[in-house]
Amino acid sequence: MRRSLIEGLTTGALTEPAPQPDEAALAELAQSTNRAARTRLGRSLSIRHVDAGSCNGCELELHALSNAFYDLERFGLRFVASPRHADVLTVTGPVTRNMREALLRTYDAMPDPKWVLAIGGCARGGGLFAGSYAVVGGVSDVIPVDLHIDGCPPSPTALLRGLLALLQRQDGSAV
Amino acid sequence: MTILDTIGSTQTVGSHRPWPRAVVDDAGWARAIDEFAAGRWTLSGLWADVDAVHMAVISGANEIAVLTYQCSNGRFPSVAARHPPAMRLERAIFSLFGYEPVGTPDRRPWLDLGFWDVAHPLGKRGAPQREPYAFLPAEGDALHQVPVGPVHAGIIEPGHFRFTANGEFVVRVEERLGYVHKGIESLMAGATIERGAQLAGRASGDSTVAYASAFARAVEAATQITPPARALYLRALMAELERLANHFGDIGAICNDASFALMHAQTGILRERTLRATEACFGHRLMMDAVVPGGVARDLNADGEAQLRGLLAELRARFPRLIELYDNTASLQDRTVTTGIVKPEYARQFGAGGYIGRAAGRNFDARRTPGYAPYAELSFDVPVLAAGDVNARVWIRIREVEQSLSLIEQILERLPPGGVATAIAVSGPCEGMAYAEAFRGDVLVWLRLGDDNRIRRCHLRDASWFQWPLLETAIENNIIADFPLCNKSFNCSYSGHDL
Repeated sequence: MRRSLIEGLTTGALTEPAPQPDEAALAELAQSTNRAARTRLGRSLSIRHVDAGSCNGCELELHALSNAFYDLERFGLRFVASPRHADVLTVTGPVTRNMREALLRTYDAMPDPKWVLAIGGCARGGGLFAGSYAVVGGVSDVIPVDLHIDGCPPSPTALLRGLLALLQRQDGSAV
Repeated sequence: MTILDTIGSTQTVGSHRPWPRAVVDDAGWARAIDEFAAGRWTLSGLWADVDAVHMAVISGANEIAVLTYQCSNGRFPSVAARHPPAMRLERAIFSLFGYEPVGTPDRRPWLDLGFWDVAHPLGKRGAPQREPYAFLPAEGDALHQVPVGPVHAGIIEPGHFRFTANGEFVVRVEERLGYVHKGIESLMAGATIERGAQLAGRASGDSTVAYASAFARAVEAATQITPPARALYLRALMAELERLANHFGDIGAICNDASFALMHAQTGILRERTLRATEACFGHRLMMDAVVPGGVARDLNADGEAQLRGLLAELRARFPRLIELYDNTASLQDRTVTTGIVKPEYARQFGAGGYIGRAAGRNFDARRTPGYAPYAELSFDVPVLAAGDVNARVWIRIREVEQSLSLIEQILERLPPGGVATAIAVSGPCEGMAYAEAFRGDVLVWLRLGDDNRIRRCHLRDASWFQWPLLETAIENNIIADFPLCNKSFNCSYSGHDL
């Protein structure tokens, strides 16, 4: 163990420079973010995640955000265990009928102000699974969405760009 | 004695490939259940079709067949009445198709959680019935219940666990799944083969290569098409890369659930390196839609090959140190050794695949049995342990990482030249079936094609169907705090199970 730890101190960090925030995401956020809400939070956001019907591909890439290369927490972004602690709700998947109620309750349990990120192609309108008896549709069919991050699944870089756009928008430093 | 001899059937369906499908009567169906109950055969799948129920059977001699019971009256003799592994499959058949398993000890719905607009969406649709769901009872003094889920504390899939505990000790846990049921099998019906491949590749995102391969091979079996040898090797290459990425993720996540974050950080690096290499080679980190019926969608070029050799060198250099780290950290072993034991008799009875079965003495790997190209031309071991605990499931993964590294080397050495795709042509109604060994166990795909190039019926059976029930047995008499550790060491698929 000691060898791994010492090596970690002596070799360079694997963490990569932050990507530029997504321009399209900034534009989408410009319409949805409330200026008053923006000023009430610092440059730090707690994220709660709900899988509302995903194939688990998006979850794999959300997990990757915490690895040494993307290091999500350096931006003040972290995943939390309870919706009560969260500013941002990330939602993946087409929303299944079986998860609709749980998604609503999670959203309702979050304090205001709050933002919702719909992640992955399915979260926008249901994607490949639209039209099934078991699927309600996209996330915005159930709760208000501030930002969509497309991809099947979106890469960690795409996720990071979207989250950074949210941060910038929120502290008023951009747009 | 073959399966068909044993059940005394001669009425086989001609267009079913590569294994026989036989229509059986009551006596034949009962005889098959006898063989399951006696432990001679393994139930490998049970699913419904138009006025029929099919079961996939693996005999003691590793022979495979599908047995069909015609149930035009909407009833079939329950398999679960004498063979418990069939229970949830039968409950799902009832919820999806409305066929009644006669004699079943458990009539509760499965997958249908009472939120759909219709009852029996794949059968004779009716008005939904909403009754309160009764969890199985646990009786005794000082017991309390802890309901957990469907939304969990981490970035994981949704499912409900109902714990009954005595103090810290779990007396019973019962799973209730179906939250991510998307109706994939109903979307399959009438879909083109291309769309079917996309849907299969999204049954469980972490196993997209395995699912797409099983689906492709079922189509190829049905239409009697053999893809080019290079495509078969590339599929195996992708499958082993997928296994590596998932095993790295799992080994780290299991240790992380025992509060050993260093391992998680280190395996996270190896996983990310692997995904970056797959993206460079095949254009997608998880390799979604890279395997298609008839072959593969992307060829490997010289740059990609160089990337993979670089990846192998790094993994070969770094992974042994992580094994040493796992093996020499007593505080970590204290959490994993003797925790969450799967009894070998349950692994055998349920036909549990993957590291769950192999950590509990069940020597089964679909790459060997029934086997598929190109694995017969490659040399690899299937590691098996007997302890059945979290530690054994970690070690099986470690050994499989080593085997996958060797397999990738062999594949790169022998990659045949030539094309990577063959066109699919459906000349008439036909049926196909295939197994693929995903990182968590065997995936079964069964399908029937119409002559219009469209799918009539497609059933996908994840390894998790025969693993989830064993998690309930493994946690008994462990403390609630060890449940996340046990659950992570299983890492069953919610989406692959719920479909």
